[in-house]
Amino acid sequence: MPGYVIKRHVKDSFKSLKRNGWMSFAAVSAVAVTLMLLGIFLALILNVNRLSNQIENDVRVRVLIERGTTAKEKTALKTKLGDMAAVDSVTYSSRNQELKQVVGHYGQAFGLFAGAENPLNDVYVIKAKRPTQTLAVAKAAKQLPHVAAANYGGNQTKQLFQVVGTIRLWASGLMLLLLLVAIFLISNTIRITIMSREAEIGVMRLVGATNAYIRWPFFLEGAWTGLLGALLPIVLIDIGYHWVYQRTAAEFVNFGYTLASPGQFLSLIDGVLLLVGMLIGAAGATISMRRYLKV
Amino acid sequence: MIQFVDVSKKFQRKTVLENINLTVQQGEFVYIVGPSGAGKSTLIQLLYRQLLPSKGIIWVNQFDLTKMKPQGIPYLRRELGIVFQDFKLLPKLTVFENVAYAMEVTEKKPALIRRRVLEVLKEMGLANLRHRFPSELSGGEQQRVAIARAIVNRPSIVIADEPTGNLDPETAAGIINIFEAIHRQGSTVIMATHNHQMVDRRPHRVVEIVAGQIVRDQAKGAYHYAGIRH
Ligand SMILES: Nc1ncnc2c1ncn2[C@@H]1O[C@H](COP(=O)(O)OP(=O)(O)OP(=O)(O)O)[C@@H](O)[C@H]1O
Ligand SMILES: [Mg+2]
Repeated sequence: MPGYVIKRHVKDSFKSLKRNGWMSFAAVSAVAVTLMLLGIFLALILNVNRLSNQIENDVRVRVLIERGTTAKEKTALKTKLGDMAAVDSVTYSSRNQELKQVVGHYGQAFGLFAGAENPLNDVYVIKAKRPTQTLAVAKAAKQLPHVAAANYGGNQTKQLFQVVGTIRLWASGLMLLLLLVAIFLISNTIRITIMSREAEIGVMRLVGATNAYIRWPFFLEGAWTGLLGALLPIVLIDIGYHWVYQRTAAEFVNFGYTLASPGQFLSLIDGVLLLVGMLIGAAGATISMRRYLKV
Repeated sequence: MIQFVDVSKKFQRKTVLENINLTVQQGEFVYIVGPSGAGKSTLIQLLYRQLLPSKGIIWVNQFDLTKMKPQGIPYLRRELGIVFQDFKLLPKLTVFENVAYAMEVTEKKPALIRRRVLEVLKEMGLANLRHRFPSELSGGEQQRVAIARAIVNRPSIVIADEPTGNLDPETAAGIINIFEAIHRQGSTVIMATHNHQMVDRRPHRVVEIVAGQIVRDQAKGAYHYAGIRH
């Protein structure tokens, strides 16, 4: 298609978008709400899947040492841990090393906690011989003196999966409903555009415009509606995810796991939202064109 | 060339055209006359594939209208210029824009559009009205804009359904002059009309339809038949 034709279609589609005013606004809002939910849902599910993978393959038990434990007591603890039958290795990691790891994973924001401000514990990282033994090792370690906590993945996994299963079900239902509302609203604005341009369409047909030519502006109007609807959720989710990521980073690292880091992950979600937005718009436009733009 | 072979058109059970056989060579000027309800407009609509016949074959240039797929219709219509009694101009576009519209939607280049539209507007004596809107024009001027739009893409056939129906006799005469000029440039002109003064003063081939059948096809006819009926 030559440039001047594309330009004409784009101009045309923006004109009707503007002319439809509040109808367009309602359609854009519906898309925005739908995509917001989709974005949150995606961020949640993808991270949960990531975590459960990390957890399932994890043979580690992280034994958090109480603050104020002396070096001698620590050595005694290490020996006891190493004596357990299911334990393969015991490695010491000081609070400062732990912090470095956090900073490495989550960026400089955590550098602020250096020195006395460091909220983390010294840790013995135990490797069990097999993933199935982590529960027994953690339980035994918890009984030993100077142990603040013994964390391992398995115990959280089950709960996590239950919660996620429920969320997935409800969110899918709600999203489907919102998707339909969004498509309906878009198809309705396109219907109005088609009606208001009936005379023009009649003349176009009379002088030999192809169907494709007649359809393009309506199709584009739908697509813009979807794209505009995607912009707000993208911005909000990008900001929101950065915020959640920084807030929760310390917790997750204490367990030895990481959330998906924002850069690539958010580009993926943004891409999905843009694509779904355009698809919703195209679907809405197509529905109305099928019904009201009969050849 | 236009050719109707045994063409009938029914709406539900009602037969509106029956066994029409008609051939029009490139460059002819043909009046379609007949009483109201005879089927003139139906015949015109068959020509630009607004309607399909119930029976028979219609050829327009290289197109077999009865076999043509809907996707082909635009390409048929690019070879036709169509003019109506009610002009069908777009009220929110200026004279220039209304004429340019026919070239825009058939994807012509902007530079060509500007040049050709000005040329046609000049031919039609509309150049100085080009920034006006249809509501700011007389009926005759509006019809001239509609004709300009119909011929701007240089169609080989110009079809008009009562183009002077809404115009006073003097204005109508001016419109006829324009159709004759178009005819002289080599286009086929098919015009359904009730305007007998015009048909009588500017004699061309006359095809008379009564109750859906061709009752007369005369090379240089008058509006009312004066000779011996066969
Ligand atoms: N879509 C339609 N459905 C049913 N009947 C129709 C339809 N279109 C036209 N007719 C009928 O076909 C007949 C011919 O109509 P047509 O419009 O072709 O007549 P006409 O010769 O153009 O008349 P006029 O001179 O008044 O314009 C009329 O009786 C009309 O009622
Ligand atoms: Mg008629």
